[in-house]
Amino acid sequence: MIQLVPRQSASNTWQIATPLLAVLATMITGGLLFAIMGHNPVAAIRTIFWDPLFGMASSYSRPQLLVKAAPLILIASGLAIGFRAGIWNIGAEGQYIMGAITGAAVALALYPLEAWWLFPAMVAAGLAGGWAWGMIPALLRNWFGASEILVSLMLVYVAQRIAAWMAFGPMRNPQGMGFPGSRNLQQYPSASNPELIAGTGAHWGVVAAAFAVLATWFLMSRHIRGFHVRAAGTAPRAARFAGVRPAVLVAFCLGLSGALAGAAGLFEVAGPAGQITDRIGVGYGFTAIIVAFLGRLHPVGILLAGLLLALTYIGGELAQLTMGLPAASVQVFQGMLLFFLLGFDLLTRYQIRRRITA
Amino acid sequence: MAEPTVFRAEGIGKSYPGVRANDDVSFAVRPGEIHALLGENGAGKSTLVKMIYGLVRPDEGRMFLLDAPHAPHDPRAARAAGVAMVFQHFSLFDALTVAENIALGMENPPPRRELAARITQVSHDFGLPLNPARRIVTLSAGERQRVEIIRCLLQNPRLLIMDEPTSVLTPQEAELLFATLRKLAEAGTAILYISHKLEEIRAHCDRATILRHGRVVESCDPRAHSARDLAAMMVGGQMRQIDRSGRQAGEVLLEVRGLSMPAPDAEGTALKDIALTLRAGEILGIGGVAGNGQEELLAALSGEVASRPGTVTLVAADLSAKGPEPRRVAGLLAAPEDRLGHAAVPDFSLIENTLLTAGARKGLVRRGLIDHAAARDYALAVIRDFDVRTPGPHVAARALSGGNLQKFVIGREVMQSPRVLVVNQPTWGVDAGAAAAVRQSLLDLARRGAGVIVISQDLDELLELSDRFCALNEGRLSPPVPTEGLTLDRIGLMLGGAHGMEEARI
Repeated sequence: MIQLVPRQSASNTWQIATPLLAVLATMITGGLLFAIMGHNPVAAIRTIFWDPLFGMASSYSRPQLLVKAAPLILIASGLAIGFRAGIWNIGAEGQYIMGAITGAAVALALYPLEAWWLFPAMVAAGLAGGWAWGMIPALLRNWFGASEILVSLMLVYVAQRIAAWMAFGPMRNPQGMGFPGSRNLQQYPSASNPELIAGTGAHWGVVAAAFAVLATWFLMSRHIRGFHVRAAGTAPRAARFAGVRPAVLVAFCLGLSGALAGAAGLFEVAGPAGQITDRIGVGYGFTAIIVAFLGRLHPVGILLAGLLLALTYIGGELAQLTMGLPAASVQVFQGMLLFFLLGFDLLTRYQIRRRITA
Repeated sequence: MAEPTVFRAEGIGKSYPGVRANDDVSFAVRPGEIHALLGENGAGKSTLVKMIYGLVRPDEGRMFLLDAPHAPHDPRAARAAGVAMVFQHFSLFDALTVAENIALGMENPPPRRELAARITQVSHDFGLPLNPARRIVTLSAGERQRVEIIRCLLQNPRLLIMDEPTSVLTPQEAELLFATLRKLAEAGTAILYISHKLEEIRAHCDRATILRHGRVVESCDPRAHSARDLAAMMVGGQMRQIDRSGRQAGEVLLEVRGLSMPAPDAEGTALKDIALTLRAGEILGIGGVAGNGQEELLAALSGEVASRPGTVTLVAADLSAKGPEPRRVAGLLAAPEDRLGHAAVPDFSLIENTLLTAGARKGLVRRGLIDHAAARDYALAVIRDFDVRTPGPHVAARALSGGNLQKFVIGREVMQSPRVLVVNQPTWGVDAGAAAAVRQSLLDLARRGAGVIVISQDLDELLELSDRFCALNEGRLSPPVPTEGLTLDRIGLMLGGAHGMEEARI
């Protein structure tokens, strides 16, 4: 008989091994799935994980890696802090959309003003928009005890409706010949978020993501507030005894993760996306949850996991184009990744032992 | 075989990885006997009774119940053979009634009406007043224990095991319990009584088997020995003498006035108009059965819960609205009862656990930045000065034994040289050697001019340490009385919470 025995303390080896195992298991299961669908599994896996970086079209797809990874890493860095404290912001997608809207609103209101301070002002507005959207579940939890999981998730749909309204209404491009969607910020020099180094995909959002990784690492390992966050996540009473006020922590975590998600939205709308449309939210906010967990809620892990998930986005697109795999296969892939990760996570807390029964 | 035995163990041995929990343990319990199993924490008492009750199986040796071999696979088999056990921690459903709880623990519960009648019958026969229709949530700890006992008695056990039953009782409730046990013993049930309270064992038990490091060191009549002798057998050497000398009451440090607070949740206790003063060099003992506001009082003093202005004052500074951190800076420190999860973060290393409270006073955190080297040094200092047995400061708090973690927690606060230290249950579940060290450190702290408040259920400990004594009962604090010349009886009356005492006298 097989028995699960709790470990005295979480195993460090397994902490690192489980994400790798999860990736491997996802590849195998994904390959099986593709085989059942009648595709060559090895070719499919190769198309998703190898070709974007080293294949024929890699000169196009390689810069996309940073473009896609930046928002994931930026959002996941903020989410991970909350997750460490046991505060579950599931609505980063909504905060991302609101950051994009508020940030773009600054530029659209001042169009066609050209000024050096316009882009920084947009970033500030994007941070503020995401922060404010994150503070709604924080305040509802602190005042009424409402679950931040449900409230933040529900607010995603509200944000999506607001984005649609903006794209069809107040923010519609007056020169857009009736098409929905705002002016394209890529064509507005002071407001655009261009590629900083040609051919790399690196825009200001990539810089911000790199900064977020460093800053959250510093916060979590060197600063007493990071210590309090970790304490609150594993032993809330002890954190309280240390002096943590739970309501303040809730507001801090939801506000911070909301602000970072909002910034990610702004960098996207001013850069790769270019305009506010009803489809400004493409799921980065949800995928970032997988990134955060796959990265073990650790900044460096999040960096790597963000790149990997970005790869599945790009590789998935490529597989659609070249092999005719269905679009949903990317989501299936990402879902499997989280599923296997949580499954294998058992091994960090438990040992498997075989028991001989008489 | 010279005399009949209810239960006999011959050469019982049990090993866990790295520990020899029981080694060649032999003893016998005779009919009608209250037999004490005495030993420090970790001496192997629990392992031994778990084997008798079928929760663990021995590696070696044989057991006999009524001269028939006894080797239960599980508690159900043990119960069928006639063994019943009352655990230290109750397993009762708060929302259900007494009768419903008892029915849940039975193999074939009789119809409700019949069961209620039997409960009333048994509770009457053995002097355990209990109304079968009451909900558990309304019962005191003593009454909850009666539910557990009656649940056992309905099985007509031949051997009743009681695991530290008096730790949750007032002295009067304990007396009541012993009267019941005596009746049971006279009716022929053998009782195996686990405790480390020497006085009650000397007063009530017929025989005592003393365990140390998993082995039987002595089997004797406890009434023929002094408490000091028994303690020496338990720990294997002379008990350390507590040194109370050299203290003088000085200026008033802490003043609490009109401290009232609603209950934090359904299980909590409201604090009602609490007043106390604490002087430099003084130890104030606060006694009472757990659940009468001890945790709430500690939270109000530590700053985890803020109170109305003017209620908590430390040397003219009003700290009522301040959180734990400003209070620590001002010199008011606390050590909660629950070591794992409240006083320490179980998953954090000892180094990280110093940061929980010592950041400001020990300079481990400056401008929000953690000085890991300083934290490590402080952890090492606490480990050294308080003799914390651990492989090193990197070990997670949960890996330490209760006594060692308690020494670490107390040491972490004491070595910050507080002006006032409040501790709740400083030696609960701690072995005798560590308990003596913790108590001595509190006395030494007071000698250096700090004020100390000790909240405890252990009356012997309070009498040993404190200069003045108050009782905390249902959220009210009695006026303090000098400990000098205070008797256990008087304390029991002060505690006053002896539920069901009047009914019991009938």
